[in-house]
Amino acid sequence: MRPLVLAGRAVAADLAALGAKRQSWRLQSPVTSPAGDRDAALITHQHDWELAQALDYKLAIGRDERPAQTSLSYVRLPAEFAELGDGDVLRVQPETGRVRLLYRRSSGHNFFLVTERCNNFCLMCSQPPKSVDDAWLMDEIGDTLPLVDPTTPSLTFTGGEPLTEWRRFIRLLNLTRDLLPDTAVHVLTNGRAFASPDVAIAWAAVGHPKLSAGIPIYAAVDAIHDYVVQAKGAFDETVLGVLRLKDCGQRVEIRVVLHAITAPRLRETCSWIARNLPFVDHVALMGLENTGFAIVNDDVLWIDPLDYQEQLAAGVDVLSTAGVNVSVYNLPLCVLDPSVRPFAVQSISDWKNAFVEECDGCSARRDCAGFFSTGRPKFSRGIAPI
Amino acid sequence: MARFAQPDSFLPVASALRLLPVRFERLGVDRFLVGNMVGDMTEMTQAELDRLCALDLAPGDGLYERAFEKLFIASVDQSAQQQILALRLRSRLSFLRAATPLHLFVVTLRCEHSCPYCQVSRQSKDRTRYDMDQATASKALDIALSAPAPLIKLEFQGGEPLLNFELIRWIVLAAKERAAPLGKQLQFVITTNLALLNDEILEFCAEHDVLFSTSLDGPRDLHNKNRPRRGNNSYELAVAGIERIKERLGPDRVGALMTTTEASLDRVEDIVDEYLRQGLYSIFLRPLSPYGFAIKTRQFHKYRAQEWLGFWKRGLRYILDINKAGRHFPEFYSALIVRRMLSDEPIGYVDLRSPAGVGLGALVYNYDGAVFASDEARMLAEMGDRTFELGSVHEHSYRDLVLSDTLVSAIADSLTQTAPQCSSCVFEPNCGADPVYHHATQKDVLGIKPLSEFCERQMGVITHLFELLEHSPEDAAILRRWAQ
Repeated sequence: MRPLVLAGRAVAADLAALGAKRQSWRLQSPVTSPAGDRDAALITHQHDWELAQALDYKLAIGRDERPAQTSLSYVRLPAEFAELGDGDVLRVQPETGRVRLLYRRSSGHNFFLVTERCNNFCLMCSQPPKSVDDAWLMDEIGDTLPLVDPTTPSLTFTGGEPLTEWRRFIRLLNLTRDLLPDTAVHVLTNGRAFASPDVAIAWAAVGHPKLSAGIPIYAAVDAIHDYVVQAKGAFDETVLGVLRLKDCGQRVEIRVVLHAITAPRLRETCSWIARNLPFVDHVALMGLENTGFAIVNDDVLWIDPLDYQEQLAAGVDVLSTAGVNVSVYNLPLCVLDPSVRPFAVQSISDWKNAFVEECDGCSARRDCAGFFSTGRPKFSRGIAPI
Repeated sequence: MARFAQPDSFLPVASALRLLPVRFERLGVDRFLVGNMVGDMTEMTQAELDRLCALDLAPGDGLYERAFEKLFIASVDQSAQQQILALRLRSRLSFLRAATPLHLFVVTLRCEHSCPYCQVSRQSKDRTRYDMDQATASKALDIALSAPAPLIKLEFQGGEPLLNFELIRWIVLAAKERAAPLGKQLQFVITTNLALLNDEILEFCAEHDVLFSTSLDGPRDLHNKNRPRRGNNSYELAVAGIERIKERLGPDRVGALMTTTEASLDRVEDIVDEYLRQGLYSIFLRPLSPYGFAIKTRQFHKYRAQEWLGFWKRGLRYILDINKAGRHFPEFYSALIVRRMLSDEPIGYVDLRSPAGVGLGALVYNYDGAVFASDEARMLAEMGDRTFELGSVHEHSYRDLVLSDTLVSAIADSLTQTAPQCSSCVFEPNCGADPVYHHATQKDVLGIKPLSEFCERQMGVITHLFELLEHSPEDAAILRRWAQ
């Protein structure tokens, strides 16, 4: 099982005519003229080269060799690179020939990495934070958003902590509101920035009708949450942040990642959410993605999901009977208590979603979240066809 | 390689820990119920409670975790715990924002029943004297519609209100006409024994969305014994009426209330079975109130709080087992209390809130135009005690009535938040003030709580429900569903 390859280096390229600047390109089949100067021809057949040249495309992208008679700028992608389609957006770095796929129109799981900086340092972080100046990432997103299909149903901004440079990020959200007003925009943030009223008010002022914040709370106990996120005082700021956002009428999702530190108190955590934050819009109880720091901290984090089913069933029941919208993410149906299965969601992004051999004979596979293919997947002893 | 800090790097500084407001109550030899100011409770041993009070706890010992989750403790540099308490307290008191949603119209005091436990002191004759007239109804309606609540519930009471159905018809039509320009929503309920139900009434109620609330005390012999009527057919008429309403208006358009008398005490299963047989969707195992004929005929004094509690517990056990077998059939009183215990949404029940629900929760317009602070207040008045008479529809506006000295002092003098024994009671957040009850039984709106059967009953009910929620997972799951 392997994730889709979303980045790589061109096998061959001729980009001299494009200058040195990195740019985002939207792919389009050369059956029509480019809609704008940032449309690149998607070459899938031999005759596409001719069409692309005839229609005056500036760039062609495909997997084949450029025919000898063509002089069009081009990128030839490595064979293992993910399947591409019309409307997808690629970032091309002319100097190095590096190519990254930033947006796939057919996917329901598009995300933009806003920054790798973060003021939490979670034990199980799948995207370990780095203290680097990566402000260029937001420039790149600003450059890419105009190329994203405005009918795209959903988009996620993730990090790092997207609100690290919160003023710039709010500007990016304003741009998203103007370009993609119908898209559900989900921001994965640790929520601590919202403890400051300025940030919560600026966020609310964006006024995107489908903007929501996904905020992790790992326990209802300060010492446990702070330990998991490796930041003293984080629990207090995060909870205050959630309260402020809701006070401003904003959508908030609470995310609880399940591992050996959080799962044993899950019943209490869910009861606490039901009692104290019943007004949040969604609670996601999430299986662990064994990648990034989770691999390093395996000894303190790993618990077979089978061993927290009682806690999970109790937590789901407490939340759902309290009228809180709850889902279970990232766990295969076979390890879940039957009472929990109706709450399970196919949550794993398509590019890193996989199934194992046991799934072949399973009647529930079509509805199942399956597994992460990233990092070093670990499997429950409960995996068996249903 | 990244470096990670150990759990002990995130411990609170011991000297920074502080105790937030907590209350407790002894449950048994070494068991205490400990609660916060918004009704969350947990069980502790004596040693645990001592350690909590001495702040002798730390992450990892299990007690710290429980105490933090229940908002019993916080560190001085934290503010989320207090913010949560504050916002939840605000939610729990938010019924004050939608004042006086319930308005009771006593359209007549006449009744064709002669129940010895009658709490309203019915009259049997003299139509002109005991019926409400249209002019009075019209004034009362104006007062009702000037209350701040966006949803106004009009309940028609008696006596037997169907004896003056013409007036009900007039009020419903007038209310609809007058509410529309004010943007108010309306709900109508007739509290009736159903003996006088006919097609014309059914037709009207179907057309205008009028609900029915009736009395069903249990099986035929018990019901007819409690509720005597010429022909000895109260039960037959009530049951036939329930059936006709379900058929014509739908199964959720009629609810029934039972009154517990001495004769009911050992027959709770029979009573529940009768409700199931009649296809009713819930039951309310409620005690008799100390008003009206219930006092005069000494019915009220025939059993004490503990006997009622035994009756209620036995009934609840029986009802929970029925639910376990797959039939959704809530006990209303338990559902109310569990909702108080598990959510901060204010319930519409006027007897379980502080500031008290008198006036702020409901107003009662008597047949003669006198306005009372609650249904019980007019019951008292019929016994000659007019303490809670707020004024008259002919002379006063809504503002005059709710700001009257009578109401303001009844409410201010009965706040459980500041009352001796209540202010430190672990049950207080889930309880309420009942100034009329305490005035009726103790001549004191606040009440001397150790002598109060209201208090005894509430403590018994909440403790029992707490035990079920904590120690009986299957029952807890059912109770939580009732509270939804």
